[in-house]
This record gives sequence, structure tokens and C-alpha cells, in this order.
Amino acid sequence: MSARRLINFFLYGLLLFFAVLTLVPFAYMVCGALKSKYDFAATLFLPAGDGWLGIGWDRLTLDNFVRLFTELGLPRALHNSILLASVSSILTVLFCAMGGYALAKHQFRGRDAVMGLVLAALIIPGPLLLAPSFQLLYNLNLLDTYTGLLLPGLTPAFGVFLFRQSMLNSVPTELLEAARMDGAGEFRIFFELVLPLVRPMLGAFLMISFMGTWNNFIGPQIILQSPELHPLSVALNNLKGLYGTDYGVIMAGTIVSISPVMCLFLLLQKEFISGLTSGAVKG
Amino acid sequence: MLTDPLFWTAAFNTAQYTLGSLLIQLPVALILALLLNRPGLRGRGLLRLTFFAPSLVGLPFVAMLFAPIFEKRTGLINAGLHHFFPLWDPEFAWMHQYVMSALIIAALWMYAGFNMVYFLAALQNVSKDLLEAAAIDGAGPWQRFRHVTLPDIAPVASFITLLSTIGSFQMFELSFILLNNGPGPENRGLTVMMYLYQTGFITGDLGYASAIGWVLAVTLMSIALLQRWLGRRHEER
Repeated sequence: MSARRLINFFLYGLLLFFAVLTLVPFAYMVCGALKSKYDFAATLFLPAGDGWLGIGWDRLTLDNFVRLFTELGLPRALHNSILLASVSSILTVLFCAMGGYALAKHQFRGRDAVMGLVLAALIIPGPLLLAPSFQLLYNLNLLDTYTGLLLPGLTPAFGVFLFRQSMLNSVPTELLEAARMDGAGEFRIFFELVLPLVRPMLGAFLMISFMGTWNNFIGPQIILQSPELHPLSVALNNLKGLYGTDYGVIMAGTIVSISPVMCLFLLLQKEFISGLTSGAVKG
Repeated sequence: MLTDPLFWTAAFNTAQYTLGSLLIQLPVALILALLLNRPGLRGRGLLRLTFFAPSLVGLPFVAMLFAPIFEKRTGLINAGLHHFFPLWDPEFAWMHQYVMSALIIAALWMYAGFNMVYFLAALQNVSKDLLEAAAIDGAGPWQRFRHVTLPDIAPVASFITLLSTIGSFQMFELSFILLNNGPGPENRGLTVMMYLYQTGFITGDLGYASAIGWVLAVTLMSIALLQRWLGRRHEER
């Protein structure tokens, strides 16, 4: 074997090793979700038995999923998560795009001041706002409501900034003027001309905000007290507190919780990766 | 706050976690990106997707997934390592003395692929002509990496370092959920964010929580400024 082939062999081996390390926790989760409480403690992956490949296929069970969806109230949390994440991501993308459009393509008094505010808000770290916004929501009587959970994060400064930058680059002003001459209204221009031009940004940002709300834990943990309002992250953590050692149930719940995001990602994959790195590389 | 020993415990833990994460996660991410960036590699798309997949899971769910993995005896890591290396102690207490190591491992699993995507994008912009010229001039792989690739990806690397530092300083969910909604034995899993949460929303002292928030915010801003300053100085040279 030549030296070059040996190196290649070694590199592929290394990549494969890392890939296996990455995938093992996923496999562990799937196997765990399909096992009874007893088998979970007794075996690492699939229980041994006399079925095909020496695995006790007949010992696998969907009980964990059945329990989650019947007695443990997961459908409620799943419904809440889907509602919260879709509403917030769609509104966030819409408002950020509108804000970015106004700041990029419209002349109005105080524009520079607004832009300055956006830039200032960009550097404020999240933890700083936790206690004050809780106080504010308390005063507004919005604690334990979805409005209180979503409203503060509905137009993140970095979203406005991102859309402004991408509209400066990819929306030609002449095109807007031509559309105006032809008598198109401002909303028509925004929805039919501007938004399609920044489509990759829309996809990437939709994904980012969907994931942000879906995986948000500290927000609902602090703001929502009623269990029937809890999204998956908080509801599943409460289950973990109650059924701490019954890991099969927790693994099944984790699968249910991460599948929607995975599916959305596979749909938006291309746009997401390009949007994620575009800002970083151009700098 | 500055005389509060619990705050210092939290600050020390957070610093430990941040440093550990940076020193392990970023080199791993860079190595993965370098491996994937080899010309003519087969299965690149699939491998990239594989490495990226954990970052789609979301911090709270990563914590729930890793809770059984870090268990004594029955957990994946202890039982697995004990199986291959019988000398490994199956009672190794990930959730007690070694909480921070456990957190670093979970974060490594989750974020290595995410950072790899950034490195990969940066590597694809490295000048191929320059690399070829260096190879013709007799520069070995390490020299080419050190003098051509590294300077080219330095801006992206510093961007990722800053993002990871900021993210690590705000770590909350991972330890909170892994340790059953608390700081863990002897506060070994207490982070600054968790302390903020506890004082503000469990004890109900929003003023003290705000003060912690300020200290954290000022620290993060100073790090960002320091990094910009270092970056500028580097460019001027």
C-alpha cells in the first residue's frame, strides 16, 4: 500500500470514528425509548434474546410512547410547542423583514436614530434583561400568558440588522422605483417584490427563530406557571423530575421533542447553512 | 455580591466550563472541518449532516438525552468504557465530583459540528493558488497550514471563539436539567446564570438577580471589546 493510500485510509477511519461517536447518543436514545424500564437498566442498546442477530426484538415495546400520549399529557405540550414556535417564528421573520426593509430602503426622519438603537440593542446580552423584563411583564399583568412569553422577543435587533444588510445588498432601489411608478402599493411591493428577493434569508431566519422558541427553556420556565401552558422543554423536564429513573419515557419524550425541528431542518437545509455562514465569512 | 461565596463558586464553575469548552470544542471543530475539506472526499454531504445533527437537538433536550448517559454503572459512558477498558471505574461520578467535565462533554457533542460548519465555510475561502504556490516552494502540510490556512481563517476563528465564549458564559439549561433543577452536590454545577435564576426567581430577589445580570453583561462586553482590540492589533502587525 502506498503512503498516500495509507494516509487516506487513516483519514477516513478518523472521520468514521468521529461520525460513530456523534451518532451513538442518537442510537442510545432510540433504543432506550423502545425498552421497558427493566431492560433500560440491564442493557446498553438493544436487549439480547434469540431473535435475528441475537437481539430480543420481541422485548421492544412502544409502551413509553403510549404512556406519554395517554396518561402523561404530552399531546398538550406538543401542541403548545408547535403553536408557540410557529406563531413566533412567522411573526418574528415578518417584523424583522419589515424593520430591515424600512431601515434599508426608506428615507424618513429619525432613521439614523432608530438604526443607532438597533445597533445598541445588538450588544446587550440576554441575561441582563431577564430580571427587568420579568418585572415589566409583572407590571403589565402578562405573566403566565403566551403574550408575555413571546412579545419581548418578537423583533430581535439582530434579525432587523440581518435583514437590513441583506436588503441593502440584494434589493435594487431602481426596481422598487419602477414598481412604484407602475402604481404598486407599499404592501404589494414588500410582499411580492422584496420578500422573494431575500428568500434565502427568510428560510434561514425562520429556522433560527423556530429553533430559538422551540428550544427555549428559561423563558417558559420563568414566565409560565400553569402546567397546561408549558411547551415540551419545560413539560418534559417536569416529567423528568417526577419519573426521574424511568429513562425510557424521557428518551421517548426527547425523540418526540426533537423530531419536528429535525424535519424542518431537512426541508430548509440548504438555505439554513448558507444563511448561517454568510454573515461570518463576508464579515 | 463580591463578598458572596456562592457567587464566586458560580463564577469559578462558569469560567472552568467556558475554558474547557473552548480548549476542546474549537480544536475538534477545526480538525473535523480540515478532514472534511480534503479534495475528493467521498460522502462529504452525509458526514457534514451527521456532525451537524446534534446542534439541532437544542440544549434542554441535549441535557435530557445525556442524563442517562452519565449515570453510574448503567450509563452509556461508564458501562461502555468499562466494557472496553476494564480498568475504568463504573462508579465514576459524572454527576458529582466531575459535573463540569460532564457538561463539557455534552456541549462538545452538541456544538462541535455547529462550529465545524463555520470553519468549513472559512476553509473553502482559503486561496488555493497560495496553497499550491507554497507546496511548490516545498512547504510541508504543517507549514502550509500554519502560514497560509491559519491566517486566512483567523477572522472566522476569532468570531467563533467570541460566540462560544458568550454562549458558554450564559450556560444554564445543561446543568440545571442534568442536575434535576438544582446546582448539584456541593454546588459543583452552579453557574452564574443558574445563580441569577435562583436568586431572582426562586428566592425572589430581583434586585440581586439584576446585579448578577449586570456583572455578567459587563464581563461579556469587556471580552468582546478585548477581542476586537486584539484582532485590530493583530491586523496592524
